[in-house]
Amino acid sequence: MISIKNLHAGIEEKEILKGFSLDIKAGEIHAIMGPNGTGKSTLASTLAGRKTYEVTAGEVQFNGKDLLDMEADERAREGLFLAFQYPVEIPGVSTTNFMRAAIAEKRKHHGLAPMEAKEFLVLMREKMALVEIDKQFMSRSLNEGFSGGEKKRNEIFQMAMLNPLLSILDETDSGLDIDALRIVANGVNKLRTKDNAFLIITHYQRLLEYIVPDFVHVMYDGRIVKSGGKELAMELEEKGYDWIKEENIVQ
Amino acid sequence: MLQDNDKILEDATNSEYKWGFSSPIDQEFAAKGLNEEVIRFISGRKDEPAWMLDWRLSAFEAWKKMKQPKWQNVTFPDINFQEIIYYAATRKKPTINSLDELDPEIRKTYDKLGIPIKEQEMLAGVAVDYVMDSESVFTTFKSQLAEKGVIFCSISEAVKDHPELIKKYLGSVVPVRDNYYAALNAAVFSDGSFVYIPKGVRCPMELSTYFRINAENTGQFERTLIIAEEGSYVSYLEGCTAPKRDENQLHAAVVELITMDDAEIKYSTVQNWYPGDKNGKGGIYNFVTKRGLCQGKRSKISWTQVETGSAITWKYPSCVLKGDNSIGEFYSVAVTNNFQQADTGTKMIHIGKNTRSRIVSKGISAGSSQNSYRGQVQIQKTAENAYNYSQCDSMLMTDHSGAHTFPYIDVKNSTAKVEHEATTSKIGEDMLFYCNQRGLSDEEAVNIIVNGFCKEVFKELPMEFAVEAQKLLQISLENSVG
Repeated sequence: MISIKNLHAGIEEKEILKGFSLDIKAGEIHAIMGPNGTGKSTLASTLAGRKTYEVTAGEVQFNGKDLLDMEADERAREGLFLAFQYPVEIPGVSTTNFMRAAIAEKRKHHGLAPMEAKEFLVLMREKMALVEIDKQFMSRSLNEGFSGGEKKRNEIFQMAMLNPLLSILDETDSGLDIDALRIVANGVNKLRTKDNAFLIITHYQRLLEYIVPDFVHVMYDGRIVKSGGKELAMELEEKGYDWIKEENIVQ
Repeated sequence: MLQDNDKILEDATNSEYKWGFSSPIDQEFAAKGLNEEVIRFISGRKDEPAWMLDWRLSAFEAWKKMKQPKWQNVTFPDINFQEIIYYAATRKKPTINSLDELDPEIRKTYDKLGIPIKEQEMLAGVAVDYVMDSESVFTTFKSQLAEKGVIFCSISEAVKDHPELIKKYLGSVVPVRDNYYAALNAAVFSDGSFVYIPKGVRCPMELSTYFRINAENTGQFERTLIIAEEGSYVSYLEGCTAPKRDENQLHAAVVELITMDDAEIKYSTVQNWYPGDKNGKGGIYNFVTKRGLCQGKRSKISWTQVETGSAITWKYPSCVLKGDNSIGEFYSVAVTNNFQQADTGTKMIHIGKNTRSRIVSKGISAGSSQNSYRGQVQIQKTAENAYNYSQCDSMLMTDHSGAHTFPYIDVKNSTAKVEHEATTSKIGEDMLFYCNQRGLSDEEAVNIIVNGFCKEVFKELPMEFAVEAQKLLQISLENSVG
């Protein structure tokens, strides 16, 4: 699905990703953990094509295409989704209209006719139920006046609507209470198929109690320093990140 | 990196004007310049009665003594009023009974503009008056309207056919000496629309006028007068475009609205005069006086405008709330791009008791443009319990564009309540990236964000017009290379 090789990227001359490599296959869930300021969110933004981040070296193949050659919007239409840590508010634009535009663009990109209004409404209803969002949210301005938890649920709702190949969840669990966490995790678990993949970025092990990853990677100073199965997350929770830091300073 | 963001916004807002063609129509012109002879020529061409000519001449006398106003937040070289042609009309003055008799070139022009000048228009239920340069070309649906007693015709016809109404109301809301450009208009106005809705009649269709400047070096000076008698209602729309020309052209219109007891006029404008090129060359000077008088009790006047065109826009559609419990509304979207300048807003003059007004203004500044909101809310001594709510929001698309707000509030009655809210925002890189990440291109993203920003105003427009306004906004802010 995605193959990241020796990725170097940064912001305003400052290198943050320093040779990041990772392969994710269809059907897999990968989790990336690590201390603050280690480049986790930079990785998410860089993969999604945010222009404020500059790639200086490395290559990324996504579904057989050169990801770094595409603009952010094209990456999205090709099936890459980023659930934002801090979703932005867009006044006057309802979630419904926003999704209608996004789905239309994606379908156009894949040579499909716009979705019928009825089909769209059925899809909306189905996905709203998935993340337990009330329909009144759909006609409100996107994210405006939403609580932290509502914003995150709205991200998962959009993910469900767009049905991406690869979903990157950037600290979706931060600031969520236990109910919201369960709803978000439930959404991801139900959306999981053998054809799509998830990259879950998190600081805490908590979310991984609900979404069970196939692989856990520890990121430090811009690259992966340790990989393992789901038991690695438990180990991190027990020991904290200090031993990773120490280990890497020694190296 | 921030420069990248500006680059995107700039690209996304570099537009080409799509109505910039001109049509080879056989026209006759008045001699260049302004003097008594020219005014007599215009009046003569229109077979006007003597009282109309006298009115024009007195306006001209008044105008000669006035000075061009300089207080607006716009800059432009002095206009040489002797270099303008004040009248241009098709040579064969048509007495048209059906659309088939219309000059095919005029027909072609309106077809290119996408105006539904066809029989199918019946379905749309919009009666249209077309004004090209100085004359009204054709008014559709006259007979259906006449059944209800509604008069919808060119103002030249009204001068001849309904002199009692014209004598009574012309200049009653915007007096001849009101301001420099209103006086100029009174002297040389060539055509425009006249609407009369009789007592108790709800006008069965939207009335619409389409204004088109075609000829070179000419000014357009139309005059619109709408009278809504007791308990009547009308929704009126106007649209306007002009060819691309290197010279600036002057458009100085006057619009007067009058509502009697319980009457309502809803006046919507989509203004898309040629804005000039990317370097600020050419474009229309749009200096317009629009004012409505809520004469009657519980009457209502609502102005909605979407302003995307013109090199310079200077207009303040206003309401004089004279009748007790009358209501004035102003909803505006003003978009400026490249080197456009707009100084626009409204005046709400509260005279009667319990009068209410509402102002919603949305300014969008792109390129190197300057966009000013200027509004005046005046509560006079007699206006017990008057209420005003004003909301002025500005959106900046670039670092080198400007947004300015000049709200004047003048309250002379302590029972009045006046609320004012204002915001300024810039389309952020975070907003664009968020949209991009959902698969929307920069252009599509700007479009959706701007439309959201303007939503409160668009929802005031009649349906078909709202769609047109959204498209226009998209084109005004569209990427020219993509």
